[in-house]
Amino acid sequence: MDLDHKALQARLGGAGYVAEDALAMALCLSVGLQRPLLLEGEAGVGKTAVAKALAELQDARLIRLQCYEGLDAGSTLYEWNYQRQLLAIKAHERDGASAAEVESQIFSEAYLLRRPLLEAISQDSPPVLLIDEIDRADEEFEAFLLEILSDFQVTVPELGTIAARSIPQVVLTSNGTRELSDALRRRCLYAWIDFPTAEKELAILQARLPGIDAALAGQAVRFVQGLRREELEKIPGIAETLDWAAALAGMAVDRLDSDPAALQASLICLLKTRGDQQAVTREVTARLAGQAVG
Amino acid sequence: MTIAGGAGAGAAQVVGFVRHLRLNGFTVGLPEAEAACRLLAAVAPGDGVQRLRPVRLGLRSLTARNRSEWDRFDSLFDAWWLEHARRGERRRQRLRHVAPERPRRPAIWNSALPQDREQGSAEAPGIETAPDDEGGADVETGERRGRLVASRRAALLRTDLRRFSTPEEVAEAEAVALRLAAALRYRLSRRRVAARKGKRLDLRRTIRRSLGHGGEPLELAWRRRPDRPVRIVVLLDVSGSMQVYARFFLLFLRGLVVGWGQADGYLFHTRLVRVTDALRNRDPGRALSQLSLTAQGFGGGTRIAGALADFNDRHARHALDSRTVVIVMSDGYDTDPPEALGRELARLKRRARRLVWLNPLLGWRDYRPVARGMAAALPHLDAFAAANTLQSLAALEAEFARI
Repeated sequence: MDLDHKALQARLGGAGYVAEDALAMALCLSVGLQRPLLLEGEAGVGKTAVAKALAELQDARLIRLQCYEGLDAGSTLYEWNYQRQLLAIKAHERDGASAAEVESQIFSEAYLLRRPLLEAISQDSPPVLLIDEIDRADEEFEAFLLEILSDFQVTVPELGTIAARSIPQVVLTSNGTRELSDALRRRCLYAWIDFPTAEKELAILQARLPGIDAALAGQAVRFVQGLRREELEKIPGIAETLDWAAALAGMAVDRLDSDPAALQASLICLLKTRGDQQAVTREVTARLAGQAVG
Repeated sequence: MTIAGGAGAGAAQVVGFVRHLRLNGFTVGLPEAEAACRLLAAVAPGDGVQRLRPVRLGLRSLTARNRSEWDRFDSLFDAWWLEHARRGERRRQRLRHVAPERPRRPAIWNSALPQDREQGSAEAPGIETAPDDEGGADVETGERRGRLVASRRAALLRTDLRRFSTPEEVAEAEAVALRLAAALRYRLSRRRVAARKGKRLDLRRTIRRSLGHGGEPLELAWRRRPDRPVRIVVLLDVSGSMQVYARFFLLFLRGLVVGWGQADGYLFHTRLVRVTDALRNRDPGRALSQLSLTAQGFGGGTRIAGALADFNDRHARHALDSRTVVIVMSDGYDTDPPEALGRELARLKRRARRLVWLNPLLGWRDYRPVARGMAAALPHLDAFAAANTLQSLAALEAEFARI
């Protein structure tokens, strides 16, 4: 087991992801022990980006399963290609093939539509499987997922059991809209991702927007850090900071306090609800900008 | 300071640490302990302090399962590893027994909690369906049981909860409250069942059936998204003025919450605390330690608006969705300004489907909701109902049916 989390952290940095020690260690263990990693944190702290960065640095394929309420086995595992099956049955009517032949043909792998979970276990080289927002799926799906995650094999009644060719690296993310079951938690390693510190956020900003002016980047980060301490309905995440910094650079703002009207207008990148936009008045903006610049 | 190298020497330490974590409420199984041994063996040997950091990070990821464990881990880790290294074996023997202190059981919870282990089983009384039911005890049975109970206990049901005085009466009323909640739960859960007709063709079944007709899809199978069950969030006022009702409401809340994942319960007086997990917990010791947090200040004043604001800020995002019914059980006597109550209720209403206020005083003959807080709340409510008898609690069902 290779547990050099500092090396992994550096490589993640190379892939454009600035990870904290705890997260790098969790990833390290997850790779070393071949166990799924459950990431929790507020929306916008970069949970999904972890999987993308991991896939990039391992040069692996990223297979993503976006969860939603009502998700079922048909749309996650496999489905038969019914239209093709119907066509094949019709075509075979004329050439007089026996029913058994037709059946064995239309229930062969050629007619199988692979959905993300089956796709993930039938790759030759281990992919990264991202199961995004698992808390949105219902509990039945969670139970079903447990089975896949422990055995890495899938039974298709018509074909038999398909065992994994390679064990995928599984990353699950959750926003906490629903409490996950203990069984699922027990299968996974765990990491909580917090909003980044000012230094880390600055590092992210510079990694993602290499062209940005260093002084402006520092001010933008301090402004957002201050904004997160305000009472907001939706706290801006890293993606919002990146958007906003890019917008500021595009508007050719060099200091946050130089043009209050433009600054206020640019806040639509950070504040995503009407209540928040009303709560952050010009006075609040001016105060935060003053702190960020000073 | 040393942490012994090699899996063999580390194993004993890992076992001790794992036990320490378990005593502190972590769920750590054998696979985690084994992985922890491998982790210790794999971390490059070197100076103690340098080694300790990766060990700490690694063990945290291995053993913590949720945010609170994630946050508590560091202090537990320090308490065990650092103290252990410093003071040696004797110290460790004592630290092992640092179990969470078992608080005294506040009288109010006595009825709402599972029996203490010494007194009998920790099973939730009255929640199970009848044991004499046949194997396929289904939804219908559960519902009918609820009804049956309701008719047999008719006299009891109409009595104001304040008037229950003898322990026997109280015990019986409590049993009814639990069963009513259980019956209510059944009714709600039934909404999951899918309908016979649907909007979308079920191709999988259609093709399967067509094989019998030489590939002609004669029999069509349909699917429909089943109705999703409603979620219920209950905010229960346990301040002094509600004291006589709180214990019954708490039982009712527990009946709803136990075994039904879609209900969520909170208590408030001057502060708000989520009690869903505590009510669900079958280990009375743990349930107590969680509930006793709320017992501080119990029977004191009420800050309804403050508690609602707290709920809106901290819990609403996770707890509420467009299918959630929020029930506030309170008498509306608030020490916060009435405008604040109106504002917080408006915020709450925006996120939830229905907002129901149950006021035990409403069942009193001469009561008029003229308390300024209640008057400010009324415009935001979808329903304002009495809740001074068990019957009025049972009548809640209609509120949910209208979702």
